[in-house]
Amino acid sequence: MQRTSDQASDTKRWGAGALVFAALAMVGGMSNAYVISLLTIVLLFTFLGQSWNLMLGIGGQLSIGHALFVGIGAYAVAILNIKYGVTPWIGLLLGAVIAGFVGAVLAWLSFRFEVRGIYFALLTIAAAEFARIMFGGWDYVGGMQGLFYQAPSGTMDLGMLRGDARFYYFVALALAAIGVAGTELISRSYWGYVWRAMRDDDEAARALGVRTFRHKVLVVSISAATAAIGGGVLGLVQGAIFPDSIMGMAISVDVLIGPVVGGLGTAFGPLVGSMAAIPLHHAMGALGDSLGLPGLNSVAYGAVLILVVWFLPDGIWPAIVRLYGAIQLPARGRISQLRKAEE
Amino acid sequence: MTALLEVKNLTKAFVGLVAVNDVSFSLQAGRITALIGPNGAGKTTCFNLVAGALRPTAGQVLFEGCSLEREPPEAVCRMGIARTFQIVRPMKDMSVLENAMVGAFSWTTNVKEARDKAYESLENVGLAGKANARTDQLTLPDRKMLEMAKALSTRPKLLLLDEVMAGLRPTEAAGVVGVLHRLAESGLTILLVEHVMRIVMEVASTVVVLHHGVKIAEGKPSEVVADPAVLESYLGAGFHA
Ligand SMILES: Nc1ncnc2c1ncn2[C@@H]1O[C@H](COP(=O)(O)OP(=O)(O)OP(=O)(O)O)[C@@H](O)[C@H]1O
Ligand SMILES: [Mg+2]
Repeated sequence: MQRTSDQASDTKRWGAGALVFAALAMVGGMSNAYVISLLTIVLLFTFLGQSWNLMLGIGGQLSIGHALFVGIGAYAVAILNIKYGVTPWIGLLLGAVIAGFVGAVLAWLSFRFEVRGIYFALLTIAAAEFARIMFGGWDYVGGMQGLFYQAPSGTMDLGMLRGDARFYYFVALALAAIGVAGTELISRSYWGYVWRAMRDDDEAARALGVRTFRHKVLVVSISAATAAIGGGVLGLVQGAIFPDSIMGMAISVDVLIGPVVGGLGTAFGPLVGSMAAIPLHHAMGALGDSLGLPGLNSVAYGAVLILVVWFLPDGIWPAIVRLYGAIQLPARGRISQLRKAEE
Repeated sequence: MTALLEVKNLTKAFVGLVAVNDVSFSLQAGRITALIGPNGAGKTTCFNLVAGALRPTAGQVLFEGCSLEREPPEAVCRMGIARTFQIVRPMKDMSVLENAMVGAFSWTTNVKEARDKAYESLENVGLAGKANARTDQLTLPDRKMLEMAKALSTRPKLLLLDEVMAGLRPTEAAGVVGVLHRLAESGLTILLVEHVMRIVMEVASTVVVLHHGVKIAEGKPSEVVADPAVLESYLGAGFHA
């Protein structure tokens, strides 16, 4: 009986997800260029947020240096495409493989030597900063001057992943949908169960036979590989790549803000969080520029983070789910009362 | 008769105290053995040594003839030894059912198979009705039963139970005693830490008594309770408490 109610809520969740993405697809068909470009960034960071969420929200491993993996992906696509004319599809694949490998090595080394928790997080920052400085001094990839894609010709070319702003909107939308569905599927798979177990209690998970060392390396590696895919597309959308922007601390923060604001470990949290935080960030940036207050967007970011952590520590999405439940329950109660009254 | 587990001269020294001191005993397959002793006697430390959570200072642990002292806890579990924690450790953001599923993933990667096993384990301990509850909605006795269900899901050959009946009402404890008998009949070997002597007398075929880390007695429950050294250790502990 409980199992069937599980299935019912499964169908509901997938249906709701499909509706949301159908609505977003319609928005993409109608909106103006500004909204489209803003939402493209929101959706890309939804995907990147999912990648980060997989690692902390499900696997229990904190990264504050995800810019490393984003940057690896962006450079892999850009180097192959700009220097050798290779399709970004290959670049995305290669970037994912390299980032997955780098993530695995980083995780293997640090967990092997008992560098865990916040110390591992510090190591991820160090690695990202090291890579940023290294790429900045590397002439082959343009150093600090970065790499520039050719301006898009305007004709859509799926094979080369080139097209107008609307094209990239739909690419980002597809990635975000894959991110949400992927999170949902993974968290209900064998990996999801053992990762959540080690997230909640490493020692108890090991006592139940979970080989937590290899699973930690695995979750970091998969998170890194998916972040690289998001980074590769981000680079294409921005049209240019500089180490300071694509591998900087700001990217690491942008990646985690969606899931933290929206709801850690949830499939929809990163989408909700990015929807809330990124437009605010942009609006405040524009407002700050016009008022001559350049730091206003960062202040707004900080304020949102503090407010959410203070009032909704689980994030916005779980609060919405709770609210929905609270509205539903009394309504059901009332209906059954009415039925009783009729009898 | 073959011993499933053999503990030989097991010793664990912490800074300033020897928690387990040259302890040897063996467990017969399909039997329930009780490990008893006053507070601080070294029972939980013994469990941790067998389960791979602690490295012994000296001595050997042999399970089906394989040496376990250097194996990590996950490997020990996969060889067929499951343990519960005296201080319960539910995975707090997972449901009761999901908690019980984790252990099954030590032998399957199939989610449906794990879920079926988890329901079976929960039914075994009388928690099936609360499968979809959150762990913080469980009472302490229920959490203890969840510890047991989690361990059972690993399909152990040997089950180490650390005070799973503490806090249970006598009728509930009687239910668990029934469960233990059934599990033992189906071939499971159980090592049980338990303070309530009435329960020990009822379930155990052999009792091992520890005091200050030293084994002071071993034998049938009726023999052990009549042993002067055992009586003295408990009375002595009573005087100090
Ligand atoms: N990690 C540790 N470091 C130092 N001392 C420890 C450690 N673990 C246990 N001890 C000590 O070892 C002794 C034995 O502890 P243990 O937990 O094994 O006793 P126990 O028989 O399980 O007692 P109880 O009935 O209270 O659960 C105690 O004096 C305890 O304080
Ligand atoms: Mg104890």
